[in-house]
Amino acid sequence: MSVLVYAENQSGKFKKSTYEVVSYAREVADKLKQKLIADSINSKETNLLSNYGPDKIIEYNNPLLNDFTLQNYSSIISDCAKSECASLVVLSSTADSKYLAPSLSVNLDAGLASNVVSIPESFSPLTIRRSCFTNKAFNLTILKSETNIICVSNNSYGVKENKSKAEIISKKIAVNQDKIKIESKNKSSGAISIADADIVVSGGRGLKGPENWYLVENLASALGAAMACSKPVSDMGWRPHSEHVGQTGKPVASNLYIAIGISGAIQHLAGINASKVKVVINNDPEAPFFKAADYGIVGDAFDVVPKLTETLKAFKSS
Amino acid sequence: MNILVCISIVPDTTSKIKFTQDQKKFDINGIQFIINPNDEFGLTRAIWLQQKHQANVDIVTVGLSSCEPILRKCLAIGANKAIRIDTDPLDGFAVAKELKELCSKEKYDLIIGGRESIDYNGGMVPGMLAQMLQMPFVTNCISLEVKDDFVITKREIDGGIETTSCSLPLVIAGQKGLVEETDLIIPNMRGIMQARQKPLEVIPSIKSVSKSEIHKFEELPPKKSVKLVDKDNIDQLIELLHSEAKVI
Ligand SMILES: Cc1cc2nc3c(=O)[nH]c(=O)nc-3n(C[C@H](O)[C@H](O)[C@H](O)COP(=O)(O)OP(=O)(O)OC[C@H]3O[C@@H](n4cnc5c(N)ncnc54)[C@H](O)[C@@H]3O)c2cc1C
Ligand SMILES: Nc1ncnc2c1ncn2[C@@H]1O[C@H](COP(=O)(O)O)[C@@H](O)[C@H]1O
Repeated sequence: MSVLVYAENQSGKFKKSTYEVVSYAREVADKLKQKLIADSINSKETNLLSNYGPDKIIEYNNPLLNDFTLQNYSSIISDCAKSECASLVVLSSTADSKYLAPSLSVNLDAGLASNVVSIPESFSPLTIRRSCFTNKAFNLTILKSETNIICVSNNSYGVKENKSKAEIISKKIAVNQDKIKIESKNKSSGAISIADADIVVSGGRGLKGPENWYLVENLASALGAAMACSKPVSDMGWRPHSEHVGQTGKPVASNLYIAIGISGAIQHLAGINASKVKVVINNDPEAPFFKAADYGIVGDAFDVVPKLTETLKAFKSS
Repeated sequence: MNILVCISIVPDTTSKIKFTQDQKKFDINGIQFIINPNDEFGLTRAIWLQQKHQANVDIVTVGLSSCEPILRKCLAIGANKAIRIDTDPLDGFAVAKELKELCSKEKYDLIIGGRESIDYNGGMVPGMLAQMLQMPFVTNCISLEVKDDFVITKREIDGGIETTSCSLPLVIAGQKGLVEETDLIIPNMRGIMQARQKPLEVIPSIKSVSKSEIHKFEELPPKKSVKLVDKDNIDQLIELLHSEAKVI
């Protein structure tokens, strides 16, 4: 028996969330006294995984696998899970890993839990804690199959170095034409995505209009942060839909979330609750966000945010 | 074209989430239920295809009779027929199995679900159903254009958008973007009257087994109160974020 972790990469490079799930899977494998195997597809830096503790790394290479496609990736990982007798398959919560999970679950006849926020509470039966009701609660779920799959939430465990002398096995594999054909990919170059960000700076209707978004942009760039917004802001077209966070938008699980001119409606808070530290800037001391935040400034965004940006820049360069 | 929209019925987004004393069940006292928002975007998209391509739109939920008012609402929005698979949904896998049974009998060209339900947040039912049916699947779907039996979809990926094409049949898990908030259809009197005459079929469950079960719910731990920093003392905020919270 073994634990299998899928080490996802983007254009050949691993993301922080990959190192996080490998670290997580290492601890779980130790607790289960099982080997940890990592699967890597078309990475240019597979050897870096051995900094996080796998016993064995299997790398698959084929230029036809440069783009993620569900059918091919799912069959590679399920075949590996079968041949390595995986008791647990660990995935991250990126868009592609969450795309993959249900399909793996059917291929492996496996129980599946997403949004897992900590190391399992118990291993027999396998009991995990996951967030539910869009971050308004948790549930303890028992996974009952012989093989089970979990998707670990971003930033819930952290990256832990653990150098291992992992054996690296390269496999060539045949690839079928996927039924779904990728026509094009549009990535906003340079910008940090909400999913990957350690810090997210978010603006609401309190900013009055799209012309004032330089306030959010400048603060975000001083912090190396991703930008986000409340739902009305994207509904009014001030910002793209991809920045809408909350219950009906993207979930945010960053280390730091800064909300500017956002009232803190329950549907907004639901989506950002998983963030570790929340800061609010709002001119209304009664805004509900103050009840949900860790730190707050009561003040006018147009006055506070530029000062904050300048002070941060000075702090960073000192 | 024959379309199936999978509807999950969830507590209203403003609901305060509480559990029964033993923490085993969601406390439905005083809770209003709604169509899962992601599914409502999908249903609206399906109604557009009905209007433009004369598609037939069935909706289905796996659930008990308490779901029926919401199914009637879907009919009032414009679906042709509602199906209720009569069982308490145990987990995503069991729900997908029930839906698979229906889809093996009835031939659907397009199956639309939601990216996730806002109560369980599994993000799993449509993907499992697709795999069980050996049908192609697009998740986080924000655009869907059908031409004959050819479909162009867009899916949200981390940091961007991917455009794909494939031929029907297809399963998607949709979200906002399939249609906009302002496109959502509020049933009018005529729709509500018509819905009363439309078929609502109840079919028995195949009693599929689950692969997981919820042992217990937990409410969020109480929140510490906010530390306020004076607007003229921004240095202090930076110091707190650096030394206390250790996030910058
Ligand atoms: C089904 C449903 C789903 C929803 N899903 C989401 C969701 O996913 N995400 C989401 O965000 N919302 C969602 N909402 C909407 C939500 O209920 C709120 O309407 C929304 O979050 C409010 O956005 P806001 O805070 O930007 O605007 P407002 O509520 O208008 O708040 C603006 C805030 O800015 C402050 N302000 C004004 N001027 C200044 C200034 N000069 N300086 C500093 N502060 C200032 C005000 O005091 C106020 O608190 C949903 C609603 C429904 C019904
Ligand atoms: N009980 C159910 N009946 C019908 N469809 C469901 C049910 N539960 C979930 N779904 C569908 O699956 C999607 C994802 O749900 P979930 O896997 O619970 O996040 C929902 O948006 C629905 O489209």
